[in-house]
Formats: sequence, C-alpha cells, structure tokens
Amino acid sequence: MNNPIPFMKFRKIAGIVSIALFSISVLTLGFRGLTLGLDFSGGTLIEISYEEPANLEEIRSILIANNFEDSQVVNFGTDLDVLIKVADQSGNSKLGNQIFTLLQDQGLPGTLKRSGFVGPQIGAELRDQGGVGMLVALFMILLYVAFRFQYKFALGAVSALGHDVVIVLGCFSIFAWDFDLTVLAALLAVIGYSLNDTIVVSDRIRENFRTQRELSDPQEIIDLSLNQTLSRTIITSLTTLLVLFALFIFGGDLIRGFSLALILGVLIGTYSSIYVVANMLMSLGITQEDMAIPEPEGADFDEMP
Amino acid sequence: MNRFSPFKYSMILLVLALGVIYALPNLYPAQPAIQVAYTDSGKSADQALLETVSESLDKKSLNYDEIFLRDNNIVAKFFSIDDQLSAKTILQRALLDEAIIALNLEPTTPQWLKDIGGRPLKLGLDLSGGVHFLLEVDIESALNSRLEAQLNSYRKTFRDQKIYLANSSSKDMTMLFEFKDAEGLSSARRILNTDNIVGINGPMYSITENSERNVLSVEYTDASIKEIRDYAVGQNLTTLRNRVNELGVSEPVVQRYGSNRIVVQLPGVQDPTAAKKIIGKTANLEFRLEAKPNASRLRKEEFAFKDSFRTAFLEKNIVVTGDRVTNASTGFDENGQSQVNITLDMQGGRSMQRATGPNIGRGLAVLFVEQKSKSEIANDDEGNEIIIQTSYIEKKIISLATIQANLGNSFRITGVGSPQEASELALLLRAGALAAPMKFVEERTVSPSLGKENIETGFRSVVIGFMLVVLFMALYYRMFGIAANVALFSNLILITGIMSLLGAALSLPGIAGIVLTVGMAVDANVLIFSRIREELKTKDPQSAINDGFSRAFVTIFDANVTTLIASLVLYIIGTGPVKGFAITLSIGIVTSMFTAILVTRSIVNLVYGGKNIKELKV
Repeated sequence: MNNPIPFMKFRKIAGIVSIALFSISVLTLGFRGLTLGLDFSGGTLIEISYEEPANLEEIRSILIANNFEDSQVVNFGTDLDVLIKVADQSGNSKLGNQIFTLLQDQGLPGTLKRSGFVGPQIGAELRDQGGVGMLVALFMILLYVAFRFQYKFALGAVSALGHDVVIVLGCFSIFAWDFDLTVLAALLAVIGYSLNDTIVVSDRIRENFRTQRELSDPQEIIDLSLNQTLSRTIITSLTTLLVLFALFIFGGDLIRGFSLALILGVLIGTYSSIYVVANMLMSLGITQEDMAIPEPEGADFDEMP
Repeated sequence: MNRFSPFKYSMILLVLALGVIYALPNLYPAQPAIQVAYTDSGKSADQALLETVSESLDKKSLNYDEIFLRDNNIVAKFFSIDDQLSAKTILQRALLDEAIIALNLEPTTPQWLKDIGGRPLKLGLDLSGGVHFLLEVDIESALNSRLEAQLNSYRKTFRDQKIYLANSSSKDMTMLFEFKDAEGLSSARRILNTDNIVGINGPMYSITENSERNVLSVEYTDASIKEIRDYAVGQNLTTLRNRVNELGVSEPVVQRYGSNRIVVQLPGVQDPTAAKKIIGKTANLEFRLEAKPNASRLRKEEFAFKDSFRTAFLEKNIVVTGDRVTNASTGFDENGQSQVNITLDMQGGRSMQRATGPNIGRGLAVLFVEQKSKSEIANDDEGNEIIIQTSYIEKKIISLATIQANLGNSFRITGVGSPQEASELALLLRAGALAAPMKFVEERTVSPSLGKENIETGFRSVVIGFMLVVLFMALYYRMFGIAANVALFSNLILITGIMSLLGAALSLPGIAGIVLTVGMAVDANVLIFSRIREELKTKDPQSAINDGFSRAFVTIFDANVTTLIASLVLYIIGTGPVKGFAITLSIGIVTSMFTAILVTRSIVNLVYGGKNIKELKV
C-alpha cells in the first residue's frame, strides 16, 4: 500500500496548531467577547437609503445633539446606505421612528429601507436558546455517532465540531464582525457540514480497520484512509466553497455574515476532518479490537446463572 | 447487472413528476389585483358590492381580467400594475369609507393545479417587504385583575351570607381571608368548596386553611393559571385579528407564538407607525347610564343603536370603560332565556357598584367605540383631485338594559334575544378590550424595494452557485458528472415543489439554505464516484459501479442523518430566519439523498447497465 501523503507524520504539528488556534479563540472570546448583532444585543436598528453619499459625521452629530449618545452610525453595503444602531435597553419600541423623523426634520430626508427593534428580554432569550441549541445539537450528534460507530469516534467527532465552532467564533471575535441569528444558523450548518466530512473519514477508517488485516499499525491505516478520502474531501469542499463564494459576492449584505461564517467553517472543517478526528483517534489509542463487529448478543448469556 | 426494474424506474419518474407538478405554480407570474371588503367587519362582501365594483370600473372603461367574490372579499384582477393602481383610485372614490381596499398579487395558478393543492411559494417578509411585530401578553396582570375581581365578589357574597371578615387581601396571586370566628371560616369554606369547580384539569383553586388564626388562603392551581393564560392570549388574538382586518392587508398573519406571545406579520405594509397605532389601541367599550328624560342638554348625548335606526339619550358620564371587562360569556337565566355574563376587574366593579346602587330601575347602555377613517375628495394646490383621509371615532349602542339590582364586578344582561344574538353581544363585549395588556417586544420592517432587491440577489446567487457547480462536475466527471447534474437539477425542483406544497415561506436565509444544499448535495455523488474509481482498480466496470454505489450508501446515510439532526435542532430552537433556513436545509437533505442516490443511479444504469463495457471513465 502506498500512502502518497503521510498525514500522521505531521500530527504533532497539526495538534499544536489546533490547540493554539483553539486557545487563542477561547481567550479572545473570553476577553473581547463577540460583537453581538441586534438579534442578541437587543436595541434598535434602522437602515436609511440616501440619493447622495451620506455624511456620517453629520448624522452622528445630530444624534448626539439629541441625546442618542449610545448610537453607531455606519455605511451598509454602499456609501448611499446608512445603518444606525442604538443600544437602548429600556425596551422603547418607538426609537427607530423617532430617529428617522429627527433626521428628516434636520434636512436629511432618505427612504427607510428597514428597521428593527428587539426588546432586551428577547435578545437574552435568543442568546440562551442559541447556546442551548448548540449544546443540544452537539450532544445528540455525540449519541448518534457513539451508537453508529464507537465512543472514541464520537469523542473525535465532537471535538472536531467544537474545534471548528470555537475557531469560527474566535474569528468573529477578533475581527469584531457582527454576530447575529443568521451567523448562528451558519454555525449550526458548519456543524452539519464538518460532521459530514468527519463521518466520511471515520467511516473509511472503520472499514479499513476491518478489512486491511495485513496492516497492523493504526497510523498506517489512518494514513491510508485519509489518502483514500482525500480527493473526495477536496472536491466536496471545493464545490461547497464555489456556491458559498457566489453567495458571499452576489448574495447581498444581509447574508454576508452568514456566508463568511460558512466559508471559514468549511475551510476549518475540512482541516479538522483530516487532522482533529484522526489525531483524537490516535491519542485515544484506537485498535483493531475497537472496530470488531460486535458478536450477536445472547450467545454467551445461556451460561449465566 | 446494474439494471433497475421497470417498476423502480416508474416510481422514480413518478416522484420527479410530482415534484415538477407542485413546483409548476411558481412559473405562473402573479397578477396585480385588488381586494375589496366592507369596512364594517360584521358585514361580508356580497353581490351588491361586486356590482358596485364592476360598475365603477366599467364607467371609467378600465380593463380588468375578472372580478369575483371570495370569502369576505371581492377580488378584481388586472392585466397591469398601472391598471391596478388607477382602479384603486377609482374604487376609493366610488366607495369612500364603505370599503377597505387592499392591493395584492393574486397567483395565476391554473384551476387543475389548484384542485390538487398546487400553489406558488410564499415569500417571507424579507422578500415581500412589510412589518413584523412580536407582542407579549402580560399574563401576570390578567391574573391579578381576575383575582381582584374574585376577591371583591367573595367579599360581597360573604357579606350577604352574614359571614364576617376581619381582613381580606390579595397579593402574590393569593387571596387571604381572615374571619372573625371559626363558624365564619367553616361556612366560607363551604361556599368556596362549591365554587371550586372541578374542570377537566382538576380544581380551579387550591385552598389552605389555618384554623388557629381563622385564615383561608386561596390561590389558583397551575391548571387554572394555564387556562386563564390561554383565555387571555386567545382573546387578545381575536381582538388583534379584528384590528388587523381594519388595516386592509391582503395576507396578514396573526398567530400565537409560545406560551404568551403573539406574532403579527403584515406583508406589504410600509408604515409601521400607523399599523402600531391600530394594533395597540385600547378601550373600545363604554358603559353609561341612560339619561333621565328631564336631564339638561349639557349632560346627555344622543347615540344610535348599532343594529337598528333607534337612538337613545345617554349621560355624558362614563361609568366603566371596556378595558375593565375581564370576561364576557353567554349563558341562560332561570327561565331558560339567553343572557350575557360580564365580569369586570376590581376597579371596574367598584365604579359599577357606585353608579348602579342609587339608580336601580334606570337603563344602562353599552357603547361600542370604533376608530374609523373618512375619505373625502378634494383638490390639492395644483388642482389635482386627491383623497383626504381623516380619522374619527364612532360610538354606537350595542345594548340598553334596565338595572335590576346593585351591580358589582360580575353581573348579567338578560333579555338579549336568541342565543346567537347573545353570543354576538358577548363577542362584541370581549372584542372591545384586550384580556390582558400587551407590549411590543420585537419589531422589524422591510421596505418593499429592499424585498425586491433581496429576491434578485438571492436568485442571482442561487443561479451562479448552481452554474459553477454544474460546470465543475461536468468537466471533472464527464458522463457521471452529467448524471450528477441531472440529479442536482431534479433536487432543486423537488425542494421547490415540496416547499410550495407545504406552504413554507421562503426567506433570504431559506435561499441560503438552498444554495448550501446545492453545494452539499454534490457530496453524495462525489463520494459514490470516487468509490467507483477505487473499485475499478480491482474490479470490472459493472461490479465497480454496483459496489461503488452500495458501499458509499452507508457513508452517505450516516453523514446525512447527522446533518439532519443538526438542522432539526436548528428548527426547534430557531425563530423566524433561522427556522426558514432549517426548513430548506432539512428538505434539501432528504431530497438530495433521493436524487443523488436513486436519480443518479438510474441514469448511470440507463447508460451503462447490462452492457459489456471494457473501459469506464470516472
């Protein structure tokens, strides 16, 4: 058997890289946190479209002069569109309208493209739901993989998923990208995608452990499996990335965060399905016996008292 | 080898054909239309309205496709948006305040497709434009006002029964009665026990007794709290629906969301402030005493009855307003005649008691208050005719009855006619007020232009992503790639068909879900093809194809089930946009399993099956 790429030779380096990326992400999440979008932070948001490039400074000064100090004013998409966010926690649902009329009165008449208000407790609920949902999804997947494969695979799969999610979150924290509901959806899709990859690789590893009796070294078997699935891993990532880039470039500003999270997730997920799972299996000391097809139950039970 | 039975082929074809049929309605472009309904929500559209509509359009010789009656609306379809808009002006002028006129888009699904349940995809608010509100019902205050009302009525009952209270109060959802003696306690206990109706969910109260201090504490059981909550939310839903109907929106959504929230979605509405004003309005009922015949003009007002031409003079003083009404239901009196039972909250009960005590034998009227708008034709500065809308308040009498006794917080109106009339009155009494206060907890507005932009960008990214993948597969896998592309295409059709059939709304994240499915659906085929390629090293082409498919199946299955788990969790925890994404993703996973495995396989079988192939290129 020839293994063109000896993946497992570099497993220590890959392990260090993974742990480093993971730790950086956890640190930045701990210290910087996420820039929560409207869905999670609560507050008010309005997007106004102007005929000419808008003067952000002017808008800011008008807002500050009218006691909306805690507001952010940025361009959205083009320089004709302005996004105003106010992190007001009092639950006042009329704020968006007040700001829009205020700007119109001050001689900045634009058209209101969209507005949003999320009450403080809804934001908190969505945060909780999102977190709980993520954990529930991971746990159910852990159960399924443990049931279909074996617990060592389940641990490998779940650590790969945790690895991917935390690193994508880390990127959102470092670059202060807005984290909203669509990004959360993207993260769950990343779980789905990365899992897909992980299962395919695990499946091949399991199969090779059972069929390649002449190979006794787990490292060789894992290397063989990774090489066998390599072309598939690359092609699938490629086609998925093709559509994701189409979405990122042509899909409009509202789903840019979504596609960005998925692009990162697919890249990291592809890496993790090669290295994280295999690394975990190696560290957990996977053996041929782990893969044995279980004996039909009941065979030995007759001798029990 | 590698041949499907004719039965299997026809099953696959049948599924695909169904997909095509149910996706078909999306190919018929929607037609501009107008919906006309009577402003008076009690009146449903009839032949007379239909004739008025068609005559006014004919008079201006405006072209229309058809006009027909549907549910409570007259629907008129037009050939162009210009016609639709000018028809709106014409009709507004002709009908003024008599009718509500709403613009909408009617699907042009042919009859035979409609008969089998075909309909085009619904668009989410982010694609159609409109407003979305989430309202929270304040259950706590609904419970408190009920408890206060209960407390008051018990105080009265105990007084009537000569049971003496040392103290009574209600706090923390509990009524506390302290009696002067043990005798009072036991007779009160008897009264409470007979009152404590055991419903399907068990008793209404849980009563605890402290006989040393002669104290009874009464609180709602969890089951009755749930019942009260369901009643309050249900009642608010009905009220909101009535109010939303006043807005003349073509397909509004008013739905319960979770235990105590209500979602209101108004597609196409551009002004959230106006919508909010109507949704959030309160107090549409007034209880007033009938004026004495000799009362001065300054102290009385004349009002018309809602259902007849009679009028009556009422006092200007308002006894109680509708927001004090906590419940109104129908029942029968001792003689088997219909009656309406009304419950007021504590404050309302007190005012009612004060007003009715000295006035037994006089009439008490219930006024129904509605906010209406009036349109007038006027000329603007440039001499163009415009329609000016002014809003005003209309008050009509829905009931005028004689006061028989000193009324408290719960009383009845008898002699209300047939049971049906009684239930209409009860409905009006309830419709006036919200059972519990509500507040806006979430609001989103998307302008129709942004919606259109979102459709375009979404559609463009699907097409571009799809083309890129198709191109890549065809170049890389040749013949097999083409089979995979056919599968991919049928997958898109199936997703569209199923989503249309289910009536699931397509939103921007939903489109993203479809795009993602396209990317991931290829995965199954890639797996199969790389497997075949491997098998070819050791096997002949036919068995390589066969083993490639069957070996890859296990992997594909496991991978898809786990992704399905993730997307189901997404569906359960998600709201709005996330749910939309989860729906398309889940449907996509299931259909992609079908197309990537069976459709691809049948094409491969058709091309290679049963033939003697020397060399196979994958």
